[in-house]
Amino acid sequence: MNVRIKFQKYGVMKFIGHLDVMRYFQKAFRRANVDNEYSKGFNPHQIMSFAAPLGVGLTSDGEYLDVSLNSCEAPEIMIERINAVMSEGFHITGWNFLKDREENQKAVTAMALVSSADYLVSLKDGYQIGEAIRSQQDFAKEFERFYHQDEIVINKKTKTSEKPVDIKPMISLAAFDKAEYEVKRNSLVKVDNNTMLSGNKSESVAESYENGIFVYLQLDTGSAANLKPELVMEAFYDFLSVPYEKFAWQVHRLEVYTTDTESGKLAALDQVER
Amino acid sequence: MRKLALSDEILLTVEKPARYIGGEVNMQVKDPKEAEIRFCMCFPDVYEIGMSHLGIQILYDIFNRRNDTYCERVYSPWVDLDKIMRERNIPLFALESQDPVKEFDFLGITLQYEMSYTNVLQILELSQIPIYAKDRTEEDPIVIGGGPCSYNPEPIAEFFDFFYIGEGETVYNEILDAYKECKRESKTRNEYLERVAQIEGMYVPAFYDVKYKEDGTIDSFVKNNSKAPDKVVKQVEMNLSETYYPTKPLVPFIKATQDRIVLEIQRGCIRGCRFCQAGMIYRPTRERSLEYLKKCAYEMLQSTGHEEISLSSLSSSDYSNLQKLVYFLIEEFGSKGINISLPSLRIDAFALDVMSKVQDVRKSSLTFAPEAGSQRLRDVINKGLTEEAILEGAGKAFQSGWNRVKLYFMMGLPTENDEDIEGIAVLSDLIAREYYKIPKDQRNGKVSIVTSTSFFVPKPFTPFQWSRMDTIQEYISKQRLLRSKINEQLNRKSIKFNWHEAEVSELEGVLARGDRRIAKVIYDAYKDGCLYDSWSEYFHYDKWMKAFESNGVTLAFYNSRERDENEVFPWDFIDVGVTKEFLLREYRKAKTVKVTPNCRQTCFNCGAKSFGGGVCFEDGTGQITDMNLEDTAVETDESIPKDALEQIKISLSGINNEEVTDER
Repeated sequence: MNVRIKFQKYGVMKFIGHLDVMRYFQKAFRRANVDNEYSKGFNPHQIMSFAAPLGVGLTSDGEYLDVSLNSCEAPEIMIERINAVMSEGFHITGWNFLKDREENQKAVTAMALVSSADYLVSLKDGYQIGEAIRSQQDFAKEFERFYHQDEIVINKKTKTSEKPVDIKPMISLAAFDKAEYEVKRNSLVKVDNNTMLSGNKSESVAESYENGIFVYLQLDTGSAANLKPELVMEAFYDFLSVPYEKFAWQVHRLEVYTTDTESGKLAALDQVER
Repeated sequence: MRKLALSDEILLTVEKPARYIGGEVNMQVKDPKEAEIRFCMCFPDVYEIGMSHLGIQILYDIFNRRNDTYCERVYSPWVDLDKIMRERNIPLFALESQDPVKEFDFLGITLQYEMSYTNVLQILELSQIPIYAKDRTEEDPIVIGGGPCSYNPEPIAEFFDFFYIGEGETVYNEILDAYKECKRESKTRNEYLERVAQIEGMYVPAFYDVKYKEDGTIDSFVKNNSKAPDKVVKQVEMNLSETYYPTKPLVPFIKATQDRIVLEIQRGCIRGCRFCQAGMIYRPTRERSLEYLKKCAYEMLQSTGHEEISLSSLSSSDYSNLQKLVYFLIEEFGSKGINISLPSLRIDAFALDVMSKVQDVRKSSLTFAPEAGSQRLRDVINKGLTEEAILEGAGKAFQSGWNRVKLYFMMGLPTENDEDIEGIAVLSDLIAREYYKIPKDQRNGKVSIVTSTSFFVPKPFTPFQWSRMDTIQEYISKQRLLRSKINEQLNRKSIKFNWHEAEVSELEGVLARGDRRIAKVIYDAYKDGCLYDSWSEYFHYDKWMKAFESNGVTLAFYNSRERDENEVFPWDFIDVGVTKEFLLREYRKAKTVKVTPNCRQTCFNCGAKSFGGGVCFEDGTGQITDMNLEDTAVETDESIPKDALEQIKISLSGINNEEVTDER
């Protein structure tokens, strides 16, 4: 059986890179005596895949990991069992059984499903953006100006070259408080018709800072189009003509979505059955 | 949420920030305020290496079982962070609480290899603790040294408050209890050290004075404090099945060198190879019981989630219950995807069976350590491995599908001549020929032989402690000779030749058998930028040579001199059980090419029996009847047991088929 696990990554664990997170989960499943399915051969490994690997330095409420199991108990029990052997900074919040693949149906990895993601990008204490921005209102005003340009062209570096790209179409949402974010998000996301256990009931683990300057963003994510929040912030600094400070912003991922083929709306990865 | 000592900006700038954040699975979490004793345990090398060390995990477990003690860890910051910490004056911190090390009561540093000495100074300096023990005040932590290099602590003696000589399981609790008492009674640092000096196995360098003769050798080594003992007796845990074992070892987030469970099946070695320090200082050989090991394996796999278990010992084949243990592990855990790794195993039917069960033949290689190229020289070093046995073992393995062999040799062993060196090339070739005896249609491609040589470094408490060491020039000419001899072999194209840098070995020789006069050289080299000397890309030979020169210390005095049988060695004050008389007898036997059978065959009265246990008291261990031990040496042909020590190291790690995805 295939299970999609949703988890949070926070605190000092933001310094653990993706490959190490994978190794971490393999060991955690063993500690919790999860009946994982192993690949065949002399070096068997647990069958697992991650939806959208998180970069070093980022935290998240919405990470997804698909695993293949031979057997398991009820979701609540499994979540509890695994959380009991996890270290601070990793916390499982969701456990959804995926539908078995029908015959002739192509296998879809979680990674291939991903189309966009929500982020909360916060200014860390001890940093400021140039001289003029002193408050969240100042910041919102400037960011709105930036966001409402006709196009936002950046030089996107690829492995071999650098080319100008308009990132504006890749930003589908910008909001400056939680209520605004939720309203805007709900207009883009398919209404939750699924009352699966998973629903992220736990508190967000995003860090908050005294300066109170932050922005919610929804960005294209995945293999078709991918925009990192850091690139948006860099473009914003360019717009302000202020030198970009790489370490000034804490990026926190809130959710990862796929695009529902019928409605064209977004659905969180734990709201789909495959 | 845990607070870190380093800012996000620093952590996101340096390589592998996970080295500095702690928080690993099974990390001990205590309230530092409630700990009466704060102990920081240090492995002076980079995190991935330090985390792989079993000894620290054992001590971490011992200390943290005490409610009054919080033991934390620290490792050497890598060069990138080292630079930042110096620039910004950030004090070195422990991983658990992230508090500065200088606030601790103790800093315990394990000394696993000589080339880590500059890293010891780095730890002290970054911790903002005075480097020399004499400069420390009541505010500074007590700095303790331990581990194999403390069997000659003299070159670094001035940097430590005391050394713990021997195995940590025995008297650490006494040391901590004494500390609490002294604290309660408001005793001074010196008064505490006087208390420590009275605990068996403890060496307080400041309580001893060394005088030198005009020729530079030691005239006298005497105590200057009546509380200190004349001789420091090595500590040995005699009951390894009823002692501490870390059943909840730490599990690092980043891949450590040993990313697996280490199950120490026994301590000590019965073989008595004359170059091997571990084989002498860990005597007598003591086994852990099968039941104890089974229980530990279960608990450790459960508590860590590791997918590999490795048996650790100096010579696994000599463990009496090896077959039972290995088959238990395979049956119990093999089906759960657990790899089993068996280093230092003799090739026999059992080994081949196990190997075919636990690993993919195509991906692994066999490792033999003949150490010397000719039978004559193998007899000199008492390495009871015959050419016949090597070829037979390799042949069997080739028939089972292996086609890769690694061979380890030493150059510069005492009495070595050109034929011995040529023997390395010849033996490598003979192994390749053995492979081609297999009919062509049954072969698994070409054979690959990797022949590696290191330079012999004489170590304290070995029969070769009197021996002269080759100079760099001698080494290089020997290496050239071997290169040319390999090129003359039939299968030269199948033989890859690797060698170890001679400069590092030369320095290791001085640090291993040096005395207190070396301390200043180490200090100066460190101050000149030497650090991570065991990492070839950071080894600065020129800076070391400058430090020797400016201190008027010659390397030749320590390395290139056959030491007199009556010479007082810097480490003579330590009683390791094995006596100097025994070592000298062994050295003389080496020079006359006489071998000494292993401990289970005959006892040669090395002295380790004084500890009252282990192999010395096993049923059937031969007893010495003739006190004239000079003559008890057995001639080569009769003495080499048929099942001589062949070694295979099976490496199972490093082959990962994980689905790898790019970082976002």
